[in-house]
Amino acid sequence: MGDHHHGPAKGIGRWLFTTNHKDIGTMYLWFSFAMFIMGGFFAMVIRAELFQPGMQLVEPAFFNQMTTLHGLVMVFGAIMPSFVGLANWMIPMMIGAPDMALPRMNNWSFWILPPTFLLLASTLFMEGGAPAFGWTFYAPLSTTYAPPSVTFFIFSVHVLGLSSIMGSINIIATVMNMRAPGMTYMKMPLFVWTWLITAFLLVAVMPVLAGAVTMMLMDIHFGTSFFSAAGGGDPVLFQHVFWFFGHPEVYIIILPAFGVVSQIIPAFSRKPLFGYDSMVYATASIAFLSFIVWAHHMYTVGMPVAGELFFMYATMLIAVPTGVKVFNWISTMWRGSLSFETPMLFSLGFLVLFTIGGFTGLMLSIAPADFQYHDSYFVVAHFHYVMVAGAVFSMTAAVYYWLPKWCGKMYNEAMGKTHFWISFVGFNLAFFPQHFVGLAGMPRRIPDYALQFADFNMMSSIGAFIYGASQIMFLYNVIATIVSGKPTSEEKVWDGAEGLEWTIPTPAPYHTFETPPKIDSAHAHS
Amino acid sequence: MCFEAKRLFRLALGPVLMLLSAATMAAGGEVSSFNMSPGVTAVGKEIYSLHMIIFWICTIIGVGVFGVMFYSIYAHRKSKGAVAATFHESTKVEIAWTIIPFFILIGMAFPATTTLLKIYDNDEADMDVVVTGFQWKWKYEYLNEEGENVSFFSNLRTAQDEIYNTTEKGEHYLLEVDEPLVLPVDTKVRFLVTGNDVIHSWWVPELAVKKDAVPGFINEAWTRTTVEGIYRGQCAELCGKEHGFMPIVVNVVSKEEYAQWLAEKQGEAAQIKDLMAQTFSMDELMERGKATYERSCLACHGASGEGGVGTAIAGSAVATGELAGHLNIGINGVPGTAMQAFGSQLNDVDMAAVITYQRNAFGNNMGDMVQPIDVFNHKKG
Repeated sequence: MGDHHHGPAKGIGRWLFTTNHKDIGTMYLWFSFAMFIMGGFFAMVIRAELFQPGMQLVEPAFFNQMTTLHGLVMVFGAIMPSFVGLANWMIPMMIGAPDMALPRMNNWSFWILPPTFLLLASTLFMEGGAPAFGWTFYAPLSTTYAPPSVTFFIFSVHVLGLSSIMGSINIIATVMNMRAPGMTYMKMPLFVWTWLITAFLLVAVMPVLAGAVTMMLMDIHFGTSFFSAAGGGDPVLFQHVFWFFGHPEVYIIILPAFGVVSQIIPAFSRKPLFGYDSMVYATASIAFLSFIVWAHHMYTVGMPVAGELFFMYATMLIAVPTGVKVFNWISTMWRGSLSFETPMLFSLGFLVLFTIGGFTGLMLSIAPADFQYHDSYFVVAHFHYVMVAGAVFSMTAAVYYWLPKWCGKMYNEAMGKTHFWISFVGFNLAFFPQHFVGLAGMPRRIPDYALQFADFNMMSSIGAFIYGASQIMFLYNVIATIVSGKPTSEEKVWDGAEGLEWTIPTPAPYHTFETPPKIDSAHAHS
Repeated sequence: MCFEAKRLFRLALGPVLMLLSAATMAAGGEVSSFNMSPGVTAVGKEIYSLHMIIFWICTIIGVGVFGVMFYSIYAHRKSKGAVAATFHESTKVEIAWTIIPFFILIGMAFPATTTLLKIYDNDEADMDVVVTGFQWKWKYEYLNEEGENVSFFSNLRTAQDEIYNTTEKGEHYLLEVDEPLVLPVDTKVRFLVTGNDVIHSWWVPELAVKKDAVPGFINEAWTRTTVEGIYRGQCAELCGKEHGFMPIVVNVVSKEEYAQWLAEKQGEAAQIKDLMAQTFSMDELMERGKATYERSCLACHGASGEGGVGTAIAGSAVATGELAGHLNIGINGVPGTAMQAFGSQLNDVDMAAVITYQRNAFGNNMGDMVQPIDVFNHKKG
């Protein structure tokens, strides 16, 4: 126990060689925010071009590169790593573990990310331009007809998959082996539960994605014809393989978000989560169903009617466990003692807007109607409601919620609330009108559009600029808090918060729970 | 600015309008700027009412759920002195909110299933049209039991000047083509949809047809035309650079008009046959070649042959090299690249003209000419 109190190493070495879950969590969070800014910048280019009909700023080919990179960077660079960062920080502190189970692998799974995204971004400057086939990279547009940079894209996806798989294995190993004595599975905070299930999803589907891109690589460079009809291959096979990864992927993104709001809503309702057990079961059901609904992304691809019916029924079923979750959150609030600090505002924003995204998801699951919705802006609106108002809002809530615990300083509440309201208004202005243009017949991924879509597109662009600008306020607030926030040393920053992370000193020391805490029922599942 | 203000006012009104006029829309059959088109076909109307039913069910559930939530936000706030209750978990409630949504879903599944079965009922079509997606145009081929098949390409007609804002945009900006698909009214038309290069998707909202055009596959879709008129749609699947610029226009006309149009088309085909036997002068070939180039080559090879997606033609080894090699690439394409086999897309006259044009334009002054018979012979081998 000699070096019991040693702190972080000095200089850059601290970050390069760290095996500390808090340092790695911090790096993940900053990295994902940087990617959020980069992906956001691509989105601003898209919305600026779509501000008015006609081509103004960029060429169609570059526009396609922007939509592709925006999707890839936001999904793989911003949202996924941000939740891994949160898992790194919070899971050990929530289950009473001193660190992650595999700290060196933890370091590696972070440090392979920055060079990978550098490589992906560098494709913008390569001959033929960056990948321009959409984040879903359907073959043969992404194989026979792809720019040469596709090979770099494939390599990036391989490395990202590697990082995700390592991160997930680490989380599974930590949760299974490092819980404090007495912290049974059914006492774990929901954030830990949702991440455990997410990690299993990742381990299951990331290899499938790796398989898909490997087959692409073979088609492009080694003369195989997995996805080329001319050589006896099947372009539709690509879509099946992709969505077998891709559909669980959307739950990989949203389940940790469910976990976050399941921590925050009880804290600011000052009332325990209603139906903890059913929340766990609902999460597991959603995860299971996510494996058998993939082809609902492919209703128009020419599937037999029996297949359409199967995927339609299975998809509709997801509404049941998702509904259970929403009802549980609202019952948690019911007859609570509510207050509306920034984390709660973002969680409520999540609750309302995610539910709207859920409704449009249900509409999209109806196969006959999807023949009209498919590949229109209605789909774009739907998935931004679940990805941005779902995942990103909940991530933002998480940062405000745990930031005081992380750095021992309080953020500026007024600015936080302002950030929420501007985000909320900007987001809805950007994405609500997209439902309308989509229903009215505007296809997605087009750089220019017919005149009847002009009004709503202009509105959407203005909203997007507002939402984008509001993130600068977020960045400022976080930096100002770290640099010169009002110090707080209260263990329990929020009076209604429950869980082991609120029993340790504030700011959280470099090492926590070197000896496991004693679990009493009061600390069980907040 | 007055124009802008009016526009913003209309923008603000949009959401309200959607809710108010949803009911009237169903009857109208007009194109809405904020809701799904009910369309003009029986299946389209059914899809529309299904869409509206699900929309209203979701709206009602939403109002209920958000109502409870906002009431709680209003009544149970700490600032009003609310003291938190301690209740949690209730198996009865949990079972109720699992079972009830399940039955609502079953209620939705019934109409969804019947409509889907109708969409898949491809039997007994009165006529067949093969729809082929190309980068970046559509090809329509009418399968006729008597006489020759009629086939043609349908390209975007909107001028580059409109797209690049140097001139006023027309009413049907980006939704107009040089040759629309012409269909007779009161006919069940079966579409056999396929792709030539990458995956496209043939979507005409008012006919309620959207089907992916996948290379190597032939997908079936159908519609029963009921009302004469012009229906516009777009490619719905990202297919590369010009994905936003390959619209679809369907012109539904009376049966007599259709028969007349078909006869005309067959006449044109016969005319081309005659032309193929002729010999053209350099000027004739250059003129026809320029038009063909702009239609079929420009998107990839650039307006002055400078290249782009495709290689440059100005000063290229192919266009300034041996004639047979040039013809071969034009007719058979370059496998494994975006250069398609144009032998099946262009008739021999156009092919001869465009090869001649490429060899003599953009500073490639080769001076040689290609006649339709040369193309014919090259194809024969």
